[in-house]
Amino acid sequence: MNFQFESLSTFIDMGGHGAYVWSCYLLTVVALLLLMLYPRARKRQLTLQLQRQQRIEQGQPVAPPPSVN
Amino acid sequence: MNWQWFHRLGSPRWFYEKTTPWMPWLLVAGLGFLAVGAIWGLGFSPMDSKQGNSYRIIYIHVPAAFLSLAGYYLMAIAGAVGLIWRMKLSHMVMKSAAPIGAVLTALSLITGAIWGKPTWGTWWVWDARITSMLILLFLYLGIIALQGAYQNQDIANKASAILALVGTINIPIIYKSVDWWFTLHQPATLKLTGPSSIDPSMAYPLIIMIIGFYTLYTWLLLHWTRAEVLDREQRTQWVRALLLKAS
Repeated sequence: MNFQFESLSTFIDMGGHGAYVWSCYLLTVVALLLLMLYPRARKRQLTLQLQRQQRIEQGQPVAPPPSVN
Repeated sequence: MNWQWFHRLGSPRWFYEKTTPWMPWLLVAGLGFLAVGAIWGLGFSPMDSKQGNSYRIIYIHVPAAFLSLAGYYLMAIAGAVGLIWRMKLSHMVMKSAAPIGAVLTALSLITGAIWGKPTWGTWWVWDARITSMLILLFLYLGIIALQGAYQNQDIANKASAILALVGTINIPIIYKSVDWWFTLHQPATLKLTGPSSIDPSMAYPLIIMIIGFYTLYTWLLLHWTRAEVLDREQRTQWVRALLLKAS
């Protein structure tokens, strides 16, 4: 099994179809990254919210929540 | 028969704690398969005699399409289980499967369109398979919309589960569309019965990519469901202890 292209530039060019091929792979990477990171952001937001509530319960001073517009 | 395990399956906390050790393995395996498959498919499989190098989009397009269908099945089944056994964890899985499936369906459609331009000379055609995949995307979006439309979680669960189940009829239509109608989109390449119409040098990276997508999908579904569990169970002692222990 050999590498099918003579050089990096022919690899990127993909026989003239480079734009089509690489846009697909790039789009996939972006889409998968967004899917992977969203739950983490959600968990962080939940943690901050619970921390706020805990401080309220304990009678500590609390900054107003960040507004979501 | 001992149904204890089944009822324990319905406990969000049990699910969360059980899946925690699985996550790193699934992620590494999924990304590993994808890396191997993509590098192989992009650089080491031969060029296609008719399409040149544009066919390499297949290594994204086919796995994404497979997962969008399989993910829909899973979502509909999770909805049905939630409706029949009133299992809230099942509803959480269903809710989590919707955005992941929607993204994969859109990815399949977009990569298909990009592939179509140099191959068929057009970005879009109202062909049976492509149109029914577009309907699938609308179904996914509809389920996401229903989830957000109701204040009452119970009604949201029921409405979106019913839509998911009604939409299931679309799956066999998508699958068989290339056999039932004269379509521009080609018939199945990979077959379970009989020889596949794709050269092994191209088939192996494709199979690796399919495995990689399935593995990463599993990780994603668990990841999203776990976040949903934490959110819905935020008033419980175990969630508060888990999230506040670091502070």
